[in-house]
Amino acid sequence: MASVSLSEAEKVYIVHGVQEDLRVDGRGCEDYRCVEVETDVVSNTSGSARVKLGHTDILVGVKAEMGTPKLEKPNEGYLEFFVDCSANATPEFEGRGGDDLGTEIANTLYRIFNNKSSIDLKSLCISPREHCWVLYVDVLLLECGGNLFDAISIAVKAALFNTRIPRVRVLEDEEGSKDIELSDDPYDCIRLSVENVPCIVTLCKIGYRHVVDATLQEEACSLASLLVSVTSKGVVTCMRKVGKGSLDPESIFEMMETGKRVGKVLHTSLQSVLHKEESLGPKRQKVGFLG
Amino acid sequence: MAMEMRLPVARKRLSESLGRESKKHLVVPGDTITTDTGFMRGHGTYMGEEKLIASVAGSVERVNKLICVKALKTRYNGEVGDIVVGRITERRRSAEDELAMRGFLQEGDLISAEVQAVFSDGAVSLHTRSLKYGKLGQGVLVQVSPSLVKRQKTHFHDLPCGASVILGNNGFIWIYPTPEHKEEDAGGFIANLEPVSLADREVISRLRNCIISLVTQRMMLYDTSILYCYEASLPHQIKDILKPEIMEEIVMETRQRLLEQEG
Repeated sequence: MASVSLSEAEKVYIVHGVQEDLRVDGRGCEDYRCVEVETDVVSNTSGSARVKLGHTDILVGVKAEMGTPKLEKPNEGYLEFFVDCSANATPEFEGRGGDDLGTEIANTLYRIFNNKSSIDLKSLCISPREHCWVLYVDVLLLECGGNLFDAISIAVKAALFNTRIPRVRVLEDEEGSKDIELSDDPYDCIRLSVENVPCIVTLCKIGYRHVVDATLQEEACSLASLLVSVTSKGVVTCMRKVGKGSLDPESIFEMMETGKRVGKVLHTSLQSVLHKEESLGPKRQKVGFLG
Repeated sequence: MAMEMRLPVARKRLSESLGRESKKHLVVPGDTITTDTGFMRGHGTYMGEEKLIASVAGSVERVNKLICVKALKTRYNGEVGDIVVGRITERRRSAEDELAMRGFLQEGDLISAEVQAVFSDGAVSLHTRSLKYGKLGQGVLVQVSPSLVKRQKTHFHDLPCGASVILGNNGFIWIYPTPEHKEEDAGGFIANLEPVSLADREVISRLRNCIISLVTQRMMLYDTSILYCYEASLPHQIKDILKPEIMEEIVMETRQRLLEQEG
């Protein structure tokens, strides 16, 4: 993870501030920074989203391609995640420096999507055992300003909401060979239901309390964090502890409760922003990267 | 708990929102400023082929016969006498150094110092030969572009709102609680790690957010602008200052007050 160096006195200031529920930028322990979400920013993808959370900038592109289903799940399609920590984000990611972090984030994404209810994979099946849709989700880290996992999970959910997969029909002719026919209308597509797609809430333990949406400086003062993946109904799908320090079981329980609470609010805000953007229609002013 | 998600809004051009008619003369490196040879050349220009050419990207400023180009965003260039705030990243490793300095200063510590000399390759040599310089204790660091820090007589300010600020010429701004009594001889090496009171913390956080809003709107940073911005932000909650619409409102008010004060 990108790190900043801080003096002892600065760390002490941050830790004492968290104790009193007043962080350096005036937020409370459970407040998020302002989030900007925009979908459909990359034109040659099936779906895309860009999320800006403070100084953290994430771009996600989803491409739907035809593939063969996995042997153990012949009736379902699947998702493939790839995370690119570009050197744009911080000089530490130059060359192969960002690979470790990229694999860690990709593995976390695989884990949170690795259950039946997150996303309806059966809708991605075209013909069992032969053809299915594979969604390649590419995450690009443009700028690293703390709280990567949360921003990435929000961006992935927004990109999946924006994904439009072309409708196909399987035609069987007399000899038994199958032909796949694409619909003529370019706007005839199927969309995924992202109601149960979980989002990650990272809780960093600083001193005796925990904070949500830590900046880089706050992450430098925290020895242990808990990543909780929460659905919109408040159900925890998976949990992971990161960091060198240890966590008391009671703290873990408290952090999980905070994660569930914060996660539900996160989902409602995201749903309302995505629906608002969609209601603006295809004529909306796209801000993109040069705004 | 507060959570706000919004759609992005395209940034408005500043000149539109200010209603300024005269456009600045913007140049990029290599642009000809003028072919009139009667002018003296200042910073950011050089003479070539009988014409004055810009060497940095910025706006042209003319004072009588002196033409210079003020760069919009620069790396810090040290000048003798500048006050800087810096972080120790590496140190010389020798036996005497180990014995003497490591007790006082470690990697990652922040210090305030004055530029003593500038070498030809641009490196600067610093000194902390006065008691007002030295290791910095508890506080908040804000990093801004060096071109936004106005050159003034003094860069150490004790603001009446209850905190103090050091405006480093290199763009590092240090905000800290005003020490109650002037420490005579410590020079900052005995760090005070006692908790800072909540009231002071609120002032410091508010100042930090105000400085960030001024910088986002490309306003020059000096004690008066920071103070006016602080006063304009008082009706709002500290964490709301960073919201784009509130930031614009506060900085607009600051700009108006500064214009009234000047003219």
